[in-house]
Amino acid sequence: MPQSSIKDHLFESQLFLSRALVSGILVIMVLMVLAGRMFYLQVANHDHFTTLSKDNRVKLQPLPPTRGLIYDRNGLILAQNLPAYSLEITPEKTPDINATIEALREIINITDEHVERFQRLRRQHRRFDSIPIRVRLQEDEVARLSVSRHRFPGVDVKATLLRDYPQAMKTAHLLGYVGRINERELDYIDTSNYSGTSYIGKNGVEKSYESLLHGQVGLQQVEVNAKGRVLRVLENRSPRPGDNLHLFLDMELQRTALEALGDNNGAVAAIEIKSGGVLTLVSKPGYNPNLFVEGISTEAYTALKNSIDKPLFNRAIRGQYPPGSTVKPFIALAGLEYGVAGYHQETYCPGYYQLPGKEHKYRDWKKWGHGEVDMEESIVESCDVYYYELARTLGIDRLHEFLQGFGFGQPTGVDLTGELSGLLPSREWKRKTRREPWYPGETLIVGIGQGYYLSTPLQLAAATATLANQGHHIRPRVVATIEKPDGTAQPSPKIVDDLQQLEPIHWNQIIDAMTEVIEGLRGTARSILSENYRIAGKTGTAQVFSVKQDEEYDEETVAKRRRDHALFIAFAPVEDPQIAIAVVVENGGHGGAVAAPIARKIMDKYLLRDDT
Amino acid sequence: MREMPKSALSFQESQPARPTGLLAWLHIDLPLLTGLLLLSALGLAVLYSAGDQQTTLVNKQMIRLGVGFTAMILIAQIPPQHLRRWSPWLYLVGILMLVAVILVGEQGKGAQRWLDLGIVRFQPSEMFKLSLPMAIAWFLADHRLPPSLSRLLAAGLMTLVPVLLIAKQPDLGTALLVGAAGAMALFLAGISWHLIAAVGLSLAALGPAVWYLMHEYQRQRVLTFLNPESDPLGTGYHIIQSKIAIGSGGIGGKGWLNGTQSHLEFLPERHTDFIFAVISEEFGLVGVLALLSLYLFIILRGLYIATQAQDTFSRILTGALSLVFFVYLFVNTGMVTGLLPVVGVPLPLISYGGTSLVTILIGFGILMSIHTHRKLLPT
Repeated sequence: MPQSSIKDHLFESQLFLSRALVSGILVIMVLMVLAGRMFYLQVANHDHFTTLSKDNRVKLQPLPPTRGLIYDRNGLILAQNLPAYSLEITPEKTPDINATIEALREIINITDEHVERFQRLRRQHRRFDSIPIRVRLQEDEVARLSVSRHRFPGVDVKATLLRDYPQAMKTAHLLGYVGRINERELDYIDTSNYSGTSYIGKNGVEKSYESLLHGQVGLQQVEVNAKGRVLRVLENRSPRPGDNLHLFLDMELQRTALEALGDNNGAVAAIEIKSGGVLTLVSKPGYNPNLFVEGISTEAYTALKNSIDKPLFNRAIRGQYPPGSTVKPFIALAGLEYGVAGYHQETYCPGYYQLPGKEHKYRDWKKWGHGEVDMEESIVESCDVYYYELARTLGIDRLHEFLQGFGFGQPTGVDLTGELSGLLPSREWKRKTRREPWYPGETLIVGIGQGYYLSTPLQLAAATATLANQGHHIRPRVVATIEKPDGTAQPSPKIVDDLQQLEPIHWNQIIDAMTEVIEGLRGTARSILSENYRIAGKTGTAQVFSVKQDEEYDEETVAKRRRDHALFIAFAPVEDPQIAIAVVVENGGHGGAVAAPIARKIMDKYLLRDDT
Repeated sequence: MREMPKSALSFQESQPARPTGLLAWLHIDLPLLTGLLLLSALGLAVLYSAGDQQTTLVNKQMIRLGVGFTAMILIAQIPPQHLRRWSPWLYLVGILMLVAVILVGEQGKGAQRWLDLGIVRFQPSEMFKLSLPMAIAWFLADHRLPPSLSRLLAAGLMTLVPVLLIAKQPDLGTALLVGAAGAMALFLAGISWHLIAAVGLSLAALGPAVWYLMHEYQRQRVLTFLNPESDPLGTGYHIIQSKIAIGSGGIGGKGWLNGTQSHLEFLPERHTDFIFAVISEEFGLVGVLALLSLYLFIILRGLYIATQAQDTFSRILTGALSLVFFVYLFVNTGMVTGLLPVVGVPLPLISYGGTSLVTILIGFGILMSIHTHRKLLPT
């Protein structure tokens, strides 16, 4: 037994030794495999993993540019950026959004409206985007939030610049407003340039000058950790701020026009004749554009949208009114120019006009007629019959051609979006849109600026400026100079499109007649006669609904809303025209009584300011 | 064997004389101690970096290392024959405690691993990394080797029972290491290569059954291992980020404290299971090869000690413990480099954490005890 034990012992020892040896070799082999794996990862694929590592930690962040400011002609600020705190939630980082909102509500004021808007924005954004739920936080709200911030993962208080319009309602239609970029806008904007921007111009100057106001986005390369927190900035390319805009607008005139309009709805457009600059552009009623910046509540928006006064509607460039008698000076000029009427040639006005062989009576506003009237009297007293006759003589084709030269029936080309063109009817237009021939009676109606004829207040002001300028037509413009971030200023282009050369005497005759509208004893606007400067103008009354044949027309009984629109166009001073104005007072009645005094107040402000 | 002390001694005479002095008196093996201390020091340096240069983690780990090395030295004082005598009892008590864990254990991270003993929370599964090779060595050493088939089956059962109990907790990492410990002991005991091949094949066939027994998160880990990119933000995130950390380290590394993957928190579990990726990122291939060499040195020293051991129990035990140390290393590095699925096994002596650290150092204490008590064989 001992013998075998020794053998066993030796054998076992040998056996173990061989197994230990095998183990050692296996260990070395496995470690070599591991070393091979390390070589594969660290040497062969080093570049690949280095890139991945860099991608992990380096992120590009957009730096949104500061939006350009807007000033009036006197340097008064009209649109600015004010710092504001907003409360934002990042859905991805927030475990339970509804519970978070409920908890936040105990700390700060969040209405259902805010929640609703947040949910709407949330659907339009990616999960890792930070979405605002409240803007313009009060200081105490910010303080309360920062105290209990640890309770709300994914919730941040962010300092942002919020667009602000200090003149609020007074400049609403002209400037428009910015709002959050919507899905439709995402389709056409350069998304990389807007990568850090959440607002875009929606209307007015804010929209038409969007590309200049916005500026160029900057970029910064930052190192982030796994949670996306920025640790340091590696590289920085500053954004180029938007250009500042200096408008022709004179805020004092704007205020004057609004005050003068009083409670009436309407529009006023005033143009600086020498430059084509828009001095005043008023549409009343207005709205508070600041509401749109934060994102207007559905309720408030519905109220604005459904209001019978249409406060969101920019009457100055989109309101299409029959120009009424305000077109008479232009038609008279056409008569002179085409040689179908003489300045002193008289026409008899019995109070109505009939086409040869037709029963229909085209009535004059003065039931019993003006008697014998020449061209000057026809403008001063605004005789309709004179223009029925003149229009008939001229014919629709010549009327159309001539009036087109003053910009009727086409957009003025002002640097605002959404302008409507009005309507200057023609044979061709009627054939195209109505599939009907042109009837002679319709020509008569065009002669007094009614019927199909429509024009916008800005169009009327521009035509008046062209008239005052004796055919020198300058496209109206809102922006005077564009101030680049480097301080250089670039004037906006002055686009001149002169009328064909007309006989100078004709201009003077028409302007004389328009001056008599104010200065003549029987002038329709003699109430605005000024001692300090001479005004040339023309009143107008646009029918809102047509008076039936042989029906008495009683202003008192017509409900306010169905009353005629009062119109007035004017320029001054007559000797050296500076300012052209068009006023439309909706349901204002007679132009001379309601619209003309408004124009006078604006002119006083503009022309007499230095004296006071 | 017990009858033949003299002849055992005669073998001993050909060995170099044991060193004398303080280390000998303390029953310490200097090469092993040097290797372990170097590893621990490297671990502390890496931990300082992975822990964002805060000394809290490093201090805690130093205390654990202190406890571990103290335990190692204390164990080294115990003569191997005592260890051998305790082996079956340790095993039995361990089994009872594993059962207790399943019945009354503490929950943690979805798994039941802890037994609250009032003062300390104890993880009985950890003990089996030592007590299982001890018990198998004890069981096989009394008889002729290679073991007979019946003894082999019994030893297999001894391994399987704790492994299954631990896997049930569930703690796949520890079950794997305990199973490896048993398998290493059996391999060193000299079971035939045919049998090894047969067991290997049947294990492969058992794969589907294992799959069925696994928890959902464990299955997920296996699936993610096979294709980490399939779930880059979920379970695949660990492996992807770990590979980025290693790969971006390159040959020379990004430098100590300069690893971006770890410092910017892209790398998860960077103090614990994934600390190898931090080393790879900061010290590069050069550092990794140096580290692996250090590990290899310790493992080979352990195997050398095993070959020098004077009885079968000692040989099998020391050999198995050395190889388990290697399994630790391989499972962890294999996981971090994407060669193996993600299994919660720490990098021995470097990963932050106390339990396995102390276990490993106690294991080396056993190695030292066996190596330094060689002449004091039982009579």
